[in-house]
Amino acid sequence: MTGSLASRERATAAVPPPPARRPAGRWLADHLVLLLGILVLVYMFVPIGYIFALSFNQPSGRGATAEFESFTWSNWGSVCEPEGLCESLKLSFAVSLTATVLATLLGTLMAFALVRHSFRGRSASNLLIFLPMATPEVVMGSSLLAMFVSLGFDGVLGFVTIVIAHVMFCLSFVVVTVKARLVGMDARLEQAAMDLYANEWQTFRLVTLPLAMPGIVAAALLSFTLSFDDFIVTNFTAGQSVTFPLYVYGAKLKDFPPQLFVVGSAMFLVSFAVVIAAELWRRRRSTWSR
Amino acid sequence: MSAAPPSPAPRAAVDGETSRRRGLGWLLLVPGMLWLAVFFLFPTIQLFFTSLYDPSGSYEQGYTMTWHVMNYVDAVTDTWNLFVRSFAYAGIATVVCLALSYPLAYAIAFKAGRWKNFLLVLVIAPFFTSFLLRTLAWRTILSDQGPVTSFLQTIAVLPDDGRLLATPVAVIAGLVYNFMPFMTLPLYASLDKVDHRLIEAAGDLYSSPIAGFRRVTFPLSLPGVVSGTLLTFIPACGDYINAELLGTPKQYMVGNRIQSAFLTEHNYPLAASLSLILMAVVVVMVVLYIRRAGTEDLV
Repeated sequence: MTGSLASRERATAAVPPPPARRPAGRWLADHLVLLLGILVLVYMFVPIGYIFALSFNQPSGRGATAEFESFTWSNWGSVCEPEGLCESLKLSFAVSLTATVLATLLGTLMAFALVRHSFRGRSASNLLIFLPMATPEVVMGSSLLAMFVSLGFDGVLGFVTIVIAHVMFCLSFVVVTVKARLVGMDARLEQAAMDLYANEWQTFRLVTLPLAMPGIVAAALLSFTLSFDDFIVTNFTAGQSVTFPLYVYGAKLKDFPPQLFVVGSAMFLVSFAVVIAAELWRRRRSTWSR
Repeated sequence: MSAAPPSPAPRAAVDGETSRRRGLGWLLLVPGMLWLAVFFLFPTIQLFFTSLYDPSGSYEQGYTMTWHVMNYVDAVTDTWNLFVRSFAYAGIATVVCLALSYPLAYAIAFKAGRWKNFLLVLVIAPFFTSFLLRTLAWRTILSDQGPVTSFLQTIAVLPDDGRLLATPVAVIAGLVYNFMPFMTLPLYASLDKVDHRLIEAAGDLYSSPIAGFRRVTFPLSLPGVVSGTLLTFIPACGDYINAELLGTPKQYMVGNRIQSAFLTEHNYPLAASLSLILMAVVVVMVVLYIRRAGTEDLV
């Protein structure tokens, strides 16, 4: 690498390129990349546009999802009309909130242990945290189902087993996210607090925790998203319970209520608003502190 | 393999304190580790035993343990084409995803200026709606009456009776779309860390922008490429939703087979051996890939 760089340097030094071409090429490269990026972004929003359009659709027959037939506002007012839709949303929220709290708590503790403490078995721990991320979901779901069935849990599959499964696959992501934040933190700030006679608990509460907070919040958001949207593992562990993704999956086999697309659009709008608000709040705070 | 960077040395100097901190470390670690051991490791080990049960048993009557290794041979001879198809689809989807995500991540990291955070939100935003709804939307877009199919027919890329839905193209397109953020975000994270002065230095040394990219920017973004491709490839291998909603049984992947063996046929030994083969192949590929890419930091 170094050798080839050096030889290249000599070659180009001997024949310098015409100076006018370089900025022109760079201008093109700059704008080409930007243009490509924007195109990719547009591509990412195409299905969202469809989901919004279909939320205003009034299908004439049953299961009419493929084509937009006529415009109506009424779907947005009758979200709970399709049987079981709102129950599935409630269950999904309950599952995701519980799983997020548990996974964030356990995962944050693990991340602190791995970054701040030394002990035997660290690499084994890292391996066990890494493995769930390298395991396809279908394998995790099926092995959990096999375990629940063999332990005689067939009858009670539902909220508890879904939460157990979701915490399991969210944990590794929480550990990785929080760890990344902790590793980047300046340890001198905590030493300074200790030097100023803060005890360990005060240091943790007043210095360490606030500094680690962005990582913990990011981990919680990630967990919530992973959990709320999970279909594969949930399909194995839910028994007769129906979360929102399972409801959508079930509905595709029967008639397909346009209210599903209302929920999809609303989820998009709400989370978009939350993220934008959080960003604005962060900006205001950072201008204050400056 | 290990995902951790070398640990910082423990800061406590006094022996008593060190052992106390060590105890605290265990205390913090144990609840999460127990969760993973009980609900991940134990089921996986149990899955291994399930895969060796006598296949003549049934879900209702129970299985007997006969260490029936032939389950694996049967699983492979029956479904090797599904494995090949899964890895091919996932591999192609990963490459396409990288090709699409790289310009996007690059544009956000280097060209977006103060719009950076806003653009990042835009990248994640489509994924706040349900995965299944997005895939269903693609089914509508790629359908026979849909705009993409008729456009491709008009410009004669597709024959007049040609279809997109129910072809490998649709399944791969679905995989690409659904796993985009898992590629874009790690790419962005590592591109954002690249020191701009290094790229300027390359330019000062008369490297063309392309050579500068090839020799400076791209190598520095490799950690993001590695974790992005892994985070895309692994879930894509086991996915069965895209194949089910956008394809036909002709495009089914190994995930579809595992799912039906478990949930509809209740053929647990077959499903278990398929799952373990999939997991083993993925883990081996991941380890080889990480070795080759030479990064220790995983995600």
